Amino acid sequence: MIRVQALEKSYKDLKVLRGVDFEVARGSIFALLGSNGAGKTTVVRILSTLLKADAGSAGVNGFDVAAQPARVRESISLTGQFAAVDEILTGRENLALVARLRHLKDPGKIADDLLDRFSLTDAGGRKVATYSGGMRRRLDIAMSLIGDPPVIFLDEPTTGLDPEARIEVWQAVRELAARGTTVLLTTQYLDEAEQLADRIAILHEGRIIVNGTLTELKQLLPPAKVEYVEKQPTLEDVFLTLVGKDKR
Amino acid sequence: MTRHFFGDTTALLGRSLRHITRSMDTIITTTVMPIMFMLLFVYVFGGAIQSGSDSYVTYLLPGILLITVASGISYTAYRLFLDMQSGIFERFQSMPIARSAVLWAHVLTSLVANLISLAVVVVVALIMGFRSSAGIGAWLGVLGLLVLFTLALTWLAVIPGLTAKTIDGASAFSYPLVFLPFLSSAFVPTDTMPGPVRAFAENQPVTSIVNAIRDLFTQQPVGSGIWVAIAWCVGLLVVAYAFAMSTYRRRIA
Repeated sequence: MIRVQALEKSYKDLKVLRGVDFEVARGSIFALLGSNGAGKTTVVRILSTLLKADAGSAGVNGFDVAAQPARVRESISLTGQFAAVDEILTGRENLALVARLRHLKDPGKIADDLLDRFSLTDAGGRKVATYSGGMRRRLDIAMSLIGDPPVIFLDEPTTGLDPEARIEVWQAVRELAARGTTVLLTTQYLDEAEQLADRIAILHEGRIIVNGTLTELKQLLPPAKVEYVEKQPTLEDVFLTLVGKDKR
Repeated sequence: MTRHFFGDTTALLGRSLRHITRSMDTIITTTVMPIMFMLLFVYVFGGAIQSGSDSYVTYLLPGILLITVASGISYTAYRLFLDMQSGIFERFQSMPIARSAVLWAHVLTSLVANLISLAVVVVVALIMGFRSSAGIGAWLGVLGLLVLFTLALTWLAVIPGLTAKTIDGASAFSYPLVFLPFLSSAFVPTDTMPGPVRAFAENQPVTSIVNAIRDLFTQQPVGSGIWVAIAWCVGLLVVAYAFAMSTYRRRIA
């Protein structure tokens, strides 16, 4: 579904990508893991036709990003690092705008359905400027789903969110994959990749240094030893219990 | 994708028009400075200025209208800059839409916003004693010139909107444009100016546009002056459009 071969990109003298290869199977969640500045966003920007690669090739849904950018844009949806929503419009207007730009019939109904699906119906008529970070992110992801693009890029979808909002976003991503959407996710949070991804690739200094399922990655280290450790609740468990949410 | 150009532009225009109607303060602040200039010049300096006209406010209004447009277009650069910063620009660019629709929506919004500001300024001028016996045709001529002038300056404003690094940089470019009318026939006749200043004032675009609008308001024959005014507006429009579009193509490449 997504195929990246020997991708290279430099900004002036700085080599950001030094030959990146990976493939993402249809309907799976693929996590690109890496620290800040590892080049995750650069990969996503090239795949979403916003940036041209210096060398190598990339294809999405069978279309080459350099040769057929318009076809690629019809196949994808990008949710960038910062929620790309219009603060002055209401949530409903944001959704209807994207539906109109995707040339779909009945934008109002599409907007209402998505508000319902993302538990935003009550907030739908309010300006987005009044939304919390989690609501904004949910709206952002909802906007990405309009027109059912087969591939979705989520660039650090939970950076800057509180734990509850993070779990809400995770839930939304899992539902996406369950419906057959291919998801490429970048993250710097290891637990996020662990929770969501079918396959995980680690991008480090412009190269993919490992790529595999969680089980495969775990086998790279010596086999587990049996140790007895007192089970302490994590701070996340405490926080979520106190504010009354279950960890899903 | 060009088959969707009009639909996409309309959808995006609806979006940015909502930005204006939900923040009418941008229209108000646009009109404050030109109105202050008008009050200052009519009620403070006006008595001492020999404009060779019965009503100084009538003499002054065309220049004030151009100042209104020059200060109004800085909001176009500002709104475009905010879109670039917020990531919504990238969202639009990664969607299958007509690529130039994003810019056209901003430009048409600028036109609407400036026409509202201009109407506000004209109403204030009427209260201050501006009178014109101009007929429909002359008013349409004035409107046409102002629309051309607004479009030309708006495309100019698109350039800093796309390239600015900071919000101040995005709007500061309009200051020289606001002051250009002072070096023209907008406030005083050019005859009293010393040689080089007069040469500049008489040959810069604002003077020809101001004179053409003034002649239309006072029902004087516009002569060949109006063609010079139109030529300046169209020339500026074409050059600004070409630069803005090439900047845009570089930004989205």
